[in-house]
Amino acid sequence: MAAPTTLPSALADAVRDESSLRRFLHGLPGVDQVGVEQRAAGLGTRSIKKAAKLHAIDLAISMVDLTTLEGADTPGKVRSLAAKAKRPDPERPDVPQVAAVCVYPDMVKTAADELKGTGINVASVATAFPSGRSTMDIKLADTRFAVEQGASEVDMVIDRGAFLSGRYGQVFEEIVKVKQACGDAHLKVILETGELVTYDNVRRASWLALLAGGDFIKTSTGKVQPAATLPVTHVMLQAVRDWKTQTGELRGVKPAGGIRSTKDAIKYLVAVHEVAGPEWLDPHLFRFGASTLLNDLLMQRRTQLDGHYSGPDYVTVD
Amino acid sequence: MWEYAPAPESRDIANLKPNYRMFVDGKFVEGTGEPLKTINPATEEVLAEVSTASASDVDSAVKAARKAYDRVWSKMPGSERAKYIYRIARQIQERARELAVLESLDNGKPIKESRDVDVPTAAAHFFYHAGWADKLSYAGYGPDPKPLGVAGQVIPWNFPLLMAAWKIAPALACGNTVVLKPAETTPLTALVLADIIQQCDLPPGVVNIIPGAGDVGAALVGHDDVNKVAFTGSTEVGKIIQRQLAGTNKKLTLELGGKAANIVFDDAPLDQAVEGIVNGIFFNQGHVCCAGSRLLVQESVADELLEKLHARVSTLRVGDPLDKNTDVGAINSREQLAKIKELTESGEAEGAQRWTSSCPLPDKGFFFAPTVFSNVSQAMRIAREEIFGPVLSVLTFRTPDEAVAKANNTPYGLSAGVWTEKGSRILWMAQRMRAGVVWSNTFNRFDPAAPFGGYQESGFGREGGRTGLEAYLDV
Repeated sequence: MAAPTTLPSALADAVRDESSLRRFLHGLPGVDQVGVEQRAAGLGTRSIKKAAKLHAIDLAISMVDLTTLEGADTPGKVRSLAAKAKRPDPERPDVPQVAAVCVYPDMVKTAADELKGTGINVASVATAFPSGRSTMDIKLADTRFAVEQGASEVDMVIDRGAFLSGRYGQVFEEIVKVKQACGDAHLKVILETGELVTYDNVRRASWLALLAGGDFIKTSTGKVQPAATLPVTHVMLQAVRDWKTQTGELRGVKPAGGIRSTKDAIKYLVAVHEVAGPEWLDPHLFRFGASTLLNDLLMQRRTQLDGHYSGPDYVTVD
Repeated sequence: MWEYAPAPESRDIANLKPNYRMFVDGKFVEGTGEPLKTINPATEEVLAEVSTASASDVDSAVKAARKAYDRVWSKMPGSERAKYIYRIARQIQERARELAVLESLDNGKPIKESRDVDVPTAAAHFFYHAGWADKLSYAGYGPDPKPLGVAGQVIPWNFPLLMAAWKIAPALACGNTVVLKPAETTPLTALVLADIIQQCDLPPGVVNIIPGAGDVGAALVGHDDVNKVAFTGSTEVGKIIQRQLAGTNKKLTLELGGKAANIVFDDAPLDQAVEGIVNGIFFNQGHVCCAGSRLLVQESVADELLEKLHARVSTLRVGDPLDKNTDVGAINSREQLAKIKELTESGEAEGAQRWTSSCPLPDKGFFFAPTVFSNVSQAMRIAREEIFGPVLSVLTFRTPDEAVAKANNTPYGLSAGVWTEKGSRILWMAQRMRAGVVWSNTFNRFDPAAPFGGYQESGFGREGGRTGLEAYLDV
């Protein structure tokens, strides 16, 4: 198996062949379900107020991958989402832009045209999203098409069937090949943790994706319940932190699906801050995959600044 | 950098009064002992003046308890006693915020602990034991087991309200009456509990609360008309009490010190083990008798675990106990702080490697930064003596047998933690640990249904669960 980057010797060994990869992944320390859920709930009680809250809201806005992944998507819908991404709160030009707009491959061109020169990334799902049930060739063609259309970020899905049946080498190869097909585009690897179910699996899949060269590990497609949860995100944050300890490299995490309120977003940021570390509080290393979250962030931002709550009619619905 | 803004709970919620009086025979009365001033250990300011009991006050409290026992409480059907105890539990829940803030002010523990652990668990103990009051015939102590009489109870400063609940709830459920002495430095929440008890219309004298120092405790446990003594505190005082009670027919339970081992095997879930270690020793500033103050880690994962542990401990926020984001609060008293400093200095002098979190500490008040000693050997004082502070001693082992030998190599035996993903090893270890409580893949979890107590110098008798009823029944 070909490792994508130069790995430290201990890790290069892990990806030498299928059986060493398996040994490595199964040799990772287990995750205690009760413990990680208790820790996530405990950190969830942090009380973030005043300046700290305002800072968190702006940071969260700048981390949003504004997403529309519907069968009903149209160029019009994507254009209005792009407008929202550029100016989330039209009356308040000081509101930061979001990190990216996330669409299906056939909508990438529309989004890219709208966002040209703004610094906002265009992310495209690919590789037979959301199920990942297709041939390798089709997945790679899907990826190439998205990049050709102008995507600067690709959100791929792993083959959960292969992972759950223990064919780790196959999953690894797929990620490596998709990464190659991405060229300069950043690769986010969707683990679909709702289908992996156990935290041990989440940890193994996280490491597998990191070893194969994923720039980000992402929880979910948003099409499977449960999508992102705090404890799952804890496990993934621990993985990127451990990755940094071993390699010195910084990789990102993206929870997606189910994060709708500012309160939830802040809990995630607290987890980023205290589990991974302050350097991950950066849109290059942490993203929210969300569609409705942005408006709640904007409403709470206004509440912080105006001293009162104005309601949903004061933010734009796109 | 993202700094959390201060998020303090309002101290007004504590409903702090300038003076507190002792509670005897259903009334708040002035004690004739020398009044004491209780301080906020986080600021060193005086919170309130509290009247204390003299020897004659102890006598009148015991007399009141005896009268209430003879005339009312021992004759009352269990189902009626239960109503009172349920009422106390509900009132604790009603006044949870007040109790939590007051506890943090008086004791120095972080509000998130008094709010999420101390107060809810105190209410849970009353709820749990209320349920037993009319079912004692089915507790396994024969049909219709009888109460003992008047219980003299002396509690420590580390969990002032919770320890009062642990003591009072089973005593009342079994039909005993109570004279309780809270700790000298933390009398306030016990006196609010007295207020709750008064509002719940408990018959006068069933519960009496008499603040004071050690002399009041000695007078109470030595009183001729006390039938049962329950003490939670230091091993040193426990031994004095046991000597004092030798030859009397008073029933005694002691819950004393500990030097618990938290044992981490190489197949443990490491990130959660780190959480458990942190919870084991830094919960309540380490002022926990069952604190996991000795970490025994298998040598093959020691470096990795220690690195993770240092990183995690560095994130602990030390400071204002009323701030909702504080993880480690104030040391309860100047004396305790001095003791912690003296023992940590001995650790350095004896050659252990000291690592202390670089977290900022407040200028005022009694604070001690979380500290981890590595390269500790069994011979050092920090491995043998109870520090009762946020100081962890790390030792290593190579085999399960060595872990057992080292964990049990202490005069204490209150609790132990075992961290491994292997179920059979958990059971194997639990059978061999000489400790009253063995936690597996967790630490410092308390439930009123689970008996708690020690071996050897950690004391005897159990509190909580069906087993805990025995201490308050004539069996």
